[in-house]
Amino acid sequence: MGRTLFQKIWDAHVVHARDDGLVLLYIDRHYFHEGSFHAFNMLRARGIPVRRPDLTFGFGDHYVPTNARRTDAVQDPEIRGIIETFEQNARAHRIRAFDLADPDQGIVHVAGPEQGLTLPGMTVVCGDSHTSTHGALGALAFGIGASEVAHVLATQTIWQSQPRQIRARFEGTLPAGTTAKDMALALIAQIGTGGGLGGAIEFAGSAVRALSVEGRLTLCNMAIEAGARTGMVAPDAITAAWLAGRPHAPAQPDPAWADLHSDADAAFDREVTLDAAAITPMATWGTSPEEAVALSARVPRLEEAPDEARARAWKRSLDYMGLQGGEAMADVRVDRVFLGSCTNSRLEDLRAAAAVLEGRKIAVPMLVSPGSSATKRAAEAEGLDRIFLEAGARWEESGCSLCVSMNGESVGEGERCASTSNRNFAGRQGRGARTHLVSPASAAASALAGRLMQAGA
Amino acid sequence: MPEPFTTLTAIAAPLDMPNVDTDQIMPARFMRRPRDERYVAYGFHDLRFTPEGATRPDFILNQPPFNQAGILVASRNFGVGSSREAAVYALLAMGYRAVVAESFGDIFFSNALKNGLLPVKLPESTVNALRGAVAAAPGATITVDLQRQILTAPDGAEHGFTVPPFARDCLLRGLDEIGLTLTLADDIAAYESSRPPLAAG
Repeated sequence: MGRTLFQKIWDAHVVHARDDGLVLLYIDRHYFHEGSFHAFNMLRARGIPVRRPDLTFGFGDHYVPTNARRTDAVQDPEIRGIIETFEQNARAHRIRAFDLADPDQGIVHVAGPEQGLTLPGMTVVCGDSHTSTHGALGALAFGIGASEVAHVLATQTIWQSQPRQIRARFEGTLPAGTTAKDMALALIAQIGTGGGLGGAIEFAGSAVRALSVEGRLTLCNMAIEAGARTGMVAPDAITAAWLAGRPHAPAQPDPAWADLHSDADAAFDREVTLDAAAITPMATWGTSPEEAVALSARVPRLEEAPDEARARAWKRSLDYMGLQGGEAMADVRVDRVFLGSCTNSRLEDLRAAAAVLEGRKIAVPMLVSPGSSATKRAAEAEGLDRIFLEAGARWEESGCSLCVSMNGESVGEGERCASTSNRNFAGRQGRGARTHLVSPASAAASALAGRLMQAGA
Repeated sequence: MPEPFTTLTAIAAPLDMPNVDTDQIMPARFMRRPRDERYVAYGFHDLRFTPEGATRPDFILNQPPFNQAGILVASRNFGVGSSREAAVYALLAMGYRAVVAESFGDIFFSNALKNGLLPVKLPESTVNALRGAVAAAPGATITVDLQRQILTAPDGAEHGFTVPPFARDCLLRGLDEIGLTLTLADDIAAYESSRPPLAAG
């Protein structure tokens, strides 16, 4: 019996196996951010050192301002304190931190891969659920809580029971204008936000093979929104070419990467296949990522709910979102647009949005926050910043920004935001804020129209 | 380090909402604060309080006797989304020591176990019946026995559940994993020396 990609990486990292199936897994890369302060407090309270500071990397992203690059420019003393604590913890434990002043700072799930710190075959964890993103490079990567962060800092290992294995195949060719974000939303709309619970998803099929690494990162990023703890894509020539020349990546691809794929006879606990050619630009209408439809469709009506429990949940979502049900998605007005987050803030995403905006003016405010400082420089080198600025958008620095609204900036109560981020939860972008998840191109088109819109419509 | 968890009998509160994400349990804007006595107000904050800070009487967890509950009977996919362990801290601060649901977000489930908040997974029909029973008889209690892995409903019916053995053992004895794992330090060192060094960071 062959093994899956997941199984191969898992098996290679088992330090200790218990009779009940629980294993102690070794961790190759441990990322942390400012929000990880609880874990450092736990370590300090017990006087335990960090076992492998050389395998640990910090990125300032959750709380950093996008309108300044200096900690002392942060007005809120609590937020400033969080950023300073992050820097102090890194110094105290001699950990490399990509802080505000660092030219390679960025969102951990954008900058980590960009620096070549995440490589095929690695185990990767971070105290952030979107760590699944790194699986796009053929790594086994998952988010953990603060107690687990403390455990990894102390032992470089984590206790895990093996998840069920799911393969999501996208077969065929994506229509022009449809992106990895739309693939992710289409999958979640189909299997639900609990569809991947207790599981690891391997993304496969011709449409996944055809994606750039940026697209794969977007797809794996959203695996957690399907409930899965991790998403992954087998590394290939596209992966190797993308990694070549990155600061922390090896000069030559490791020959061992060639074995990092699911064997032809490997068994999965669940297989889902989607027709890539049938996917069109998507957007969410509710407060769960599973509440998504094509932008060309209508908001569902309550009477279309499959069962009574769903109808009650939809009612709550529609009320929160200020929608009746039945209106055309393209008739839903938006108040502002956010282009950024670990889902969609890479150079490819910025290019896609700029291509829609070029030579035109936006109708509603738009904030653009590149995923990393290096991405920002690359975008500026090809003039994308001018396109955004001339269209009327704000072009700012890198951080989690309006995806999680921890840095002091938020979407107002009742305001509607078309956002390239990953979560449309109630209150996610601010108390009472209404979020519609879309791709970068759709975000740009929505900014021009002042309502939800797909590019070219 | 969590307190030992053996048996809990407490008032149960029904929360008939699927997909309760950790952003709703613990709004992000409070996460910059240290874990102190203010946490009691953070749990489900925006559902419990108006923007002006008044208590919302229509939210069930505010209503007596449910505001004295120690067990939450929730719905499918409880605790999905963000990995924030602060969501568990907030539920504990509100007085909950157990959450019953048919499914949980994976990271939330793990965070809960590590902090002495027992996630009890039961079939959908059982959870629906429990939720209905405690809603119909406010103040009704549920008993959760971790040693026997049995939940006793208000009507006395017993429902078996399972918790991963290692986590169960840690909870019953109030042990924490770091201490246990450090007893395997030799295995970790042996694993490290058996592999080529990772690409330089």
